[in-house]
Amino acid sequence: MNPRRKKRLFTVLAVIFGIGSAVGLTLYALQENINLFYTPSELVNGKGPELEKPTIGQKLRIGGMVVPGSVVRNETSLDVEFQLIDTGPLVTIRYQGILPDLFREGQGIVAQGTLIEPNVIEAFEVLAKHDEEYMPSEVAEAVKGIKHEKPKYNLNSEN
Amino acid sequence: MWKWLHPYAKAERAYQLCNTLLPYFVVVSVLCIVVGWVWGLAYAPADYQQKDSYRIIFIHVPSAILSMGAYSSMAIAAIIALVWQLRNAELAVIAIAPVGAAMTAIALITGSAWGKPMWGAWWVWDARLTSELILLFLYLGVLSLFHAFEDKKAGGKAACILAIVGVVNLPIIHFSVEWWNTLHQGGAITKFNTSAIDPSMLWPLLINILGFAALVGTLTLIRLKNEIMQVEQHRPWVRQLVSRG
Repeated sequence: MNPRRKKRLFTVLAVIFGIGSAVGLTLYALQENINLFYTPSELVNGKGPELEKPTIGQKLRIGGMVVPGSVVRNETSLDVEFQLIDTGPLVTIRYQGILPDLFREGQGIVAQGTLIEPNVIEAFEVLAKHDEEYMPSEVAEAVKGIKHEKPKYNLNSEN
Repeated sequence: MWKWLHPYAKAERAYQLCNTLLPYFVVVSVLCIVVGWVWGLAYAPADYQQKDSYRIIFIHVPSAILSMGAYSSMAIAAIIALVWQLRNAELAVIAIAPVGAAMTAIALITGSAWGKPMWGAWWVWDARLTSELILLFLYLGVLSLFHAFEDKKAGGKAACILAIVGVVNLPIIHFSVEWWNTLHQGGAITKFNTSAIDPSMLWPLLINILGFAALVGTLTLIRLKNEIMQVEQHRPWVRQLVSRG
């Protein structure tokens, strides 16, 4: 390689390296802000090295798993209340509206809303999160031993 | 070692190489996309959770992968164009850019259409979606920079520099779902150790990815041929080619 090309190649590589590290450091500094949501334990115990807790009335997103058996629907309105969990503490979500198709007990969801008590959120948007596993239902039954069915919308067990 | 490559720096040889390669790319892309789509959309089993809605994966994932693949090829061409000052490499950059931009747009649109029924939102500003949107802007930036200059040489150089700088975005897109918590799920194919995606769905997906790759190749070759012709339009070999009809 002749010296001029070598010099240009080094310049290009240096530019990539420089910009790469600049962007890398920026993202590292902003790390906490790029996360889309709080997890229930971050909400209750605080987040980051300083264990910062969100204040009451703050708008935020929270992501976690819907605790099985915690979904309570109001029979006369669209109000619904359920609890979210990740590893420890529970957070209660109140929501009024139609839940996405994938919403189930045991499903990961992301809710956006206002913190009204330290562990209660009044959500105005509930999004379902799904994982990267795709399989036919027979395989899912065999592997996971679960039958994925939508939760019953009618809470009266008599009919 | 690289001596065999040298003749292709000449526009005429590069043009001939495009012509030789083109039929293979056309055959592979048509074959794979037809087989992949029919298999994926009609015969692959429905997902246990998302039922038939997941089938958009056979368009979304290949186009998303290729949007990044096309960008890396474009960046490699840009490095070659800047370091070795080969005009053919510069033409390759400008030939790939709109194809990659189209792939990115397809990935974003299909992703959005998938997100609405499954997540419940057309768009969420999470790290994966945002960085993919930035990729689209990078493609558009490369294209517009190239055409913004009166002087073709300056335009080409500026476009190449932007293409190289934008490479930083590729690892961000890829690892965004691991570094931060996002609404977008993690990668299914790159998880080799676990069966994240059932073989009955994985095979049509892989065929589709190959088909999309060949499609990007096909479109790029056709565009590259046009670019070469346009730049060399006053040369005798082009005139001969045109007069032969």
